[in-house]
Amino acid sequence: MGRLSVDLCGITLDNPVIPASGTFGYGYEFAGLYDINCLGTFSFKGTTRHPRFGNPTPRIAEAPAGMLNSVGLQNPGVEKVISEELPKLKKCFRKPVMANVSGFSVEDYAYTCALLDKEEQVGWLEVNVSCPNVHGGGMSFGTDPKAAAQVVRAVKAVTKKPVILKLTPNVTDIVSVALACQEAGADGLSLINTLLGMRLDLRTRKPILANTMGGLSGPAVFPVALRMVYQVAGAVSIPVVGMGGVSSAADVIEMMLAGAAAVEVGAANLTDPFACKKIIDDLPAEMDKYGIERLSDIIGGGHAWEKT
Amino acid sequence: MTVAENKPLTREVYRMVLKGDVSAFTAPGQFLNLKLEGRFLRRPISLCDLGEDSAAIIYKVVGQGTAQMAAMQPGEKLDVLTGLGNGYDLADAGEAPLLIGGGVGVPPMYLLAKRLRAQGKAVHALLGFNKASEIFYEEEFRALGCTVTIATADGSYGVRGFVTDALPKSYSYYYCCGPEPMLRAVYKTAKGSGQLSFEKRMGCGFGACMGCSCKTITGYKRICKEGPVLRKEEIAWED
Repeated sequence: MGRLSVDLCGITLDNPVIPASGTFGYGYEFAGLYDINCLGTFSFKGTTRHPRFGNPTPRIAEAPAGMLNSVGLQNPGVEKVISEELPKLKKCFRKPVMANVSGFSVEDYAYTCALLDKEEQVGWLEVNVSCPNVHGGGMSFGTDPKAAAQVVRAVKAVTKKPVILKLTPNVTDIVSVALACQEAGADGLSLINTLLGMRLDLRTRKPILANTMGGLSGPAVFPVALRMVYQVAGAVSIPVVGMGGVSSAADVIEMMLAGAAAVEVGAANLTDPFACKKIIDDLPAEMDKYGIERLSDIIGGGHAWEKT
Repeated sequence: MTVAENKPLTREVYRMVLKGDVSAFTAPGQFLNLKLEGRFLRRPISLCDLGEDSAAIIYKVVGQGTAQMAAMQPGEKLDVLTGLGNGYDLADAGEAPLLIGGGVGVPPMYLLAKRLRAQGKAVHALLGFNKASEIFYEEEFRALGCTVTIATADGSYGVRGFVTDALPKSYSYYYCCGPEPMLRAVYKTAKGSGQLSFEKRMGCGFGACMGCSCKTITGYKRICKEGPVLRKEEIAWED
């Protein structure tokens, strides 16, 4: 166990840095740039029961200190992910991988998770009940504690692997959704998915995104993400994976102090393909600055002041 | 990379030369992706010319990012991802290829013309602009030994109309880059086969985010990775 290692639902990560789903493909695009085995793990592209092209383009718009996306879960479908993507992934990544799953019905989630449960390299199932870019599914499960709990129970029934629910920030009370997931048997939570946003083109007076709205990510959302991780980690007893605008080693430390057991990095990968490697390389020196011996010691450390 | 030159060619169009490692470029039609101070997303710009340790790009000032680029001075450093996209395949050119460029779709045609001329091909460059004052690189194409035809939408120079109004009678194959309405018109009008380069809003520019996907006859493709150049036969217009 090194200074950077952490435990996530019973699996040891060499470090807490995890590229977030949708920003890292199935890994091999990045494996051409650096050895991705330096990562804690990564969460692969959101996978659904059936293949999806996703939303019409434009799917990307810029924002101050961030970006909007309305990709809409483009993926080849779970069967092809298993037959084509995972064998390629296995060649460049030897650690357990986080399988990100989305669906349009409780049955969809269970179907996809049951198939991925059989894959040896899948360490965790990250169940996305928070995609803001699809209708009739995705986020609608994550905005209702009862619906989220239903998804958790259906998925837990088909897998022995740790199930991590990925939550949306587009709710009034994220803690109630988090508690409902925990009560239904979730092994962990990850948050936040993107914040619903929009841009208009001044020339055409129409939305820039063909899907009208999209999810905001990047440094702009970091304080919102940190606040929600702080609230959720303070209320649940299962591990929380923090994400939202993380782009430096200092951000990782801040997220962990807020209560994150591990940290996902999303949009930063898209502007710098080496972002995660740099963050991992920077962590020891950043820890030294604040007298941190082991990262696992500081998880939730930002709550200690409340008791004084 | 370091900015070596940055000068206007017309009122809105600039040429920038960047010095640094360009070994990742393998074909004309590829692009680079620039990180600008204070802008979150990179700016993808197609390659216009390539030296041993330099790359030239031509860009039009259309928004805040490109306005920021226009103000850059020689000596300034830029974080650049190079060698992105597939680029044009020269193998199909035949003996007398036609290169069709419109506006800021003209620049990638320059390096393509240079490479094809080096192979001894009789290159015809058909360049379209809105008006005479927006024309650039006519002389540069002539200096390569290309036959050059200019079309202007308002008729202020060369052939009046669009590039499709000035298509030559015979050519072996065509290569095209320009705004989407032009690509559609060329696709419909130009005879024979060709390769067309597409532009889309991108997130990453290197295949990770699925932001610039399009449907083709041969499956889903990412404009930044399996594109920006598509073969005419594989294009599936979305409407």
